[in-house]
Amino acid sequence: MPIKDYIRERYFPHLWCSGCGHGIVLGSFLRAIQQLGLSKNEIVMVSGIGCSSRITGYVDFHTLHTLHGRALAFATGVKMGLPELNIIVPMGDGDALAIGGNHFIHTARRNIDITAIVMNNRIYGMTGGQFSPLSGYGIKATTAPYFNIDHDFDVVELATAAGASFVARTTTYHEKQLTNIITKAIQHVGFSVVEVLTQCPTYFGRKNDIGSAVDMMKLYKEKTTPRGSKAKKENPDLIERGIFVQKEMPEYCNEYNKIIEKAMKGH
Amino acid sequence: MGKVKLKEHIIRRDWCKGCGICVEFCPGTVLELDEMDRSVAVRLEDCICCKLCENRCPDLAIEVLTMGPDDE
Amino acid sequence: MMNENVKFFQGNETCAEAALYAGLDFFAGYPITPSSEIAEHLSHRLPQIGGKFLQMEDEIASICAIIGASLTGHKVMTATSGPGFSLMQEALGYAIMTEIPCVIVNVQRGGPSTGLPTHASQGDVCQTQWGTHGDHAIIALTASNHQDVFAMTVDAFNLAETYRTPVILLFDEVVGHMRERLILPKKGEVPLVKRLRTSVEGGVDYHPYLPREDGRLPMSDFGGVHRYNVTGLFHDMWGFPSDNPRIVQDLLHQLVDKINNNVHQIARLKEYYLEDATTILISYGSSARSALHVVENHRLRGDRLGLLELQTLWPFPYGLIREKCVNAKYIVVVEMNMGQILREVKMAVDQPEKVFLANRIDGVFITPMDIRNLLGLIQGKGV
Repeated sequence: MPIKDYIRERYFPHLWCSGCGHGIVLGSFLRAIQQLGLSKNEIVMVSGIGCSSRITGYVDFHTLHTLHGRALAFATGVKMGLPELNIIVPMGDGDALAIGGNHFIHTARRNIDITAIVMNNRIYGMTGGQFSPLSGYGIKATTAPYFNIDHDFDVVELATAAGASFVARTTTYHEKQLTNIITKAIQHVGFSVVEVLTQCPTYFGRKNDIGSAVDMMKLYKEKTTPRGSKAKKENPDLIERGIFVQKEMPEYCNEYNKIIEKAMKGH
Repeated sequence: MGKVKLKEHIIRRDWCKGCGICVEFCPGTVLELDEMDRSVAVRLEDCICCKLCENRCPDLAIEVLTMGPDDE
Repeated sequence: MMNENVKFFQGNETCAEAALYAGLDFFAGYPITPSSEIAEHLSHRLPQIGGKFLQMEDEIASICAIIGASLTGHKVMTATSGPGFSLMQEALGYAIMTEIPCVIVNVQRGGPSTGLPTHASQGDVCQTQWGTHGDHAIIALTASNHQDVFAMTVDAFNLAETYRTPVILLFDEVVGHMRERLILPKKGEVPLVKRLRTSVEGGVDYHPYLPREDGRLPMSDFGGVHRYNVTGLFHDMWGFPSDNPRIVQDLLHQLVDKINNNVHQIARLKEYYLEDATTILISYGSSARSALHVVENHRLRGDRLGLLELQTLWPFPYGLIREKCVNAKYIVVVEMNMGQILREVKMAVDQPEKVFLANRIDGVFITPMDIRNLLGLIQGKGV
């Protein structure tokens, strides 16, 4: 089943800009689905609003294109409604962690079996290049014409602190690792967070003179390192890739079934 | 496992947006952007079927088909 | 022996039980006075029938969760009050655009802002119609006593399924919190509208947004054989984004006309002594309790007073109101806000100048005495 069977071909070529990392995330994600051999009827993809969230239009699953920042809340309803479904929630960095931050931390806290993919291009692309909570201090954007004074937070640490039981990070350059991580994230029973550093050459790249998509992907190679590597010790500025958290924790739908059991017995 | 042999290298010109990622990261410099900024395989004989181009293509425009057992 | 169907329920409790009677099996909510009892009751009752209760992190998450659950085939509800209802507006518009059945209860309290959490008002009436942005239609029902709270709640679920739309139950703190006698209908006694699912088999082209001749829109549950897209963007019959002017116009008309062209089928109201009434009180919700008291009292003294109690607020039954009030000398709208239904009644009748307002906006429940004093003033008899 080549990945062509998983896309809605009639809507291609897709709308993402030339060199945008989101297409690579889509490809890696579909290869993960292929590896898992999941049936298309069992997958629900729930996305928010933004460049990354248009991904739902391109995949041949049950797709729910919701509201900016609210994908995880919708997804919680879908999952609790039919726990057998595999729920994938791709979001942008602003979508997941700015307006959607409250739902992100609480969905993690509940540890409901949902796979969240944070497609972090550190910008609001759809609306034209404004800085996002993940842009980072000092960058430039259409709303940070001088320099950005907003500090970003570490998505992996935030997800871990909030209670996600699977947390990983990789980049669009490391597409093999991305496919493998997404495969493990979907298999994991519990809330999985996969942060993907994905390039936005049109706005982030141009506004910050980083160059083309190719240049940005080269930076992903140079600026990141496997978790706990020697390089990281020598150069703490390197961003670590890999799986940070992978532990078995009670899953929300399973826990709720215990309540139903108790209620039905005593009733 | 014997050396994988290329069966067909497909590029959907109408999907390719000419970002050059495949050209840059192909270990065999098989690909180039033509005058329309579309990716084209110009040295197919150097293709080692590593599929880096296919897997890193943001437009899902490339498909590398390799010889299967019954393709001899 | 007391018939075991006779209960002494709180209003909120009645709404919760009525929802279960209607087939509710998924509720998501967030605590807020004066509606929290609905969530508390359902957190206890839903698991007993294998249903699901979710307390979410805020009201936005609550309404988003029930929309998601509705797509997997559940009958869903959330309950809130003013401040939460304001937070829910964007998602309410989403449920309207995507035509997903769901019930939203707003147990009104004093507004605006934090207002009067433990006091009643009916100040969210216009927000219920125009709270979310853009042209749209909405169904909103209300009730003045627990028997009607039960009936309107079941009706809300039936209308949500029939028109594939969100339905708002606009109650208030007085009815919500007071206890009153209620006769629980037996199973099967009140007709229920089941979720209409498509009969199109797998592999055959299914159009989630192409209505049948009768206007109904058969659904297909997520997880089923039909894979389609749901989006808040304007969309074609398959659910994919489109800004084609023809498609946009047709869809907007579909969303609005499917409700506003069925005003009479959706209209619910009660009439008391209207036949020969010269002064007609128009009221709804808990205010109608006091209005009815005044009417019955005046009738004892031979005054030709009548009451028209509205149970459907939106779509507003302009035609019915005009027809029923055509002979009235005075029309007095009795409500606990600054005239939000008064405005609609003035638009409905042919002589707006004969429409007056008997209201209370200080958080205190409007009493028969308040209404009687205002009637006196209106009729030139003084207090």
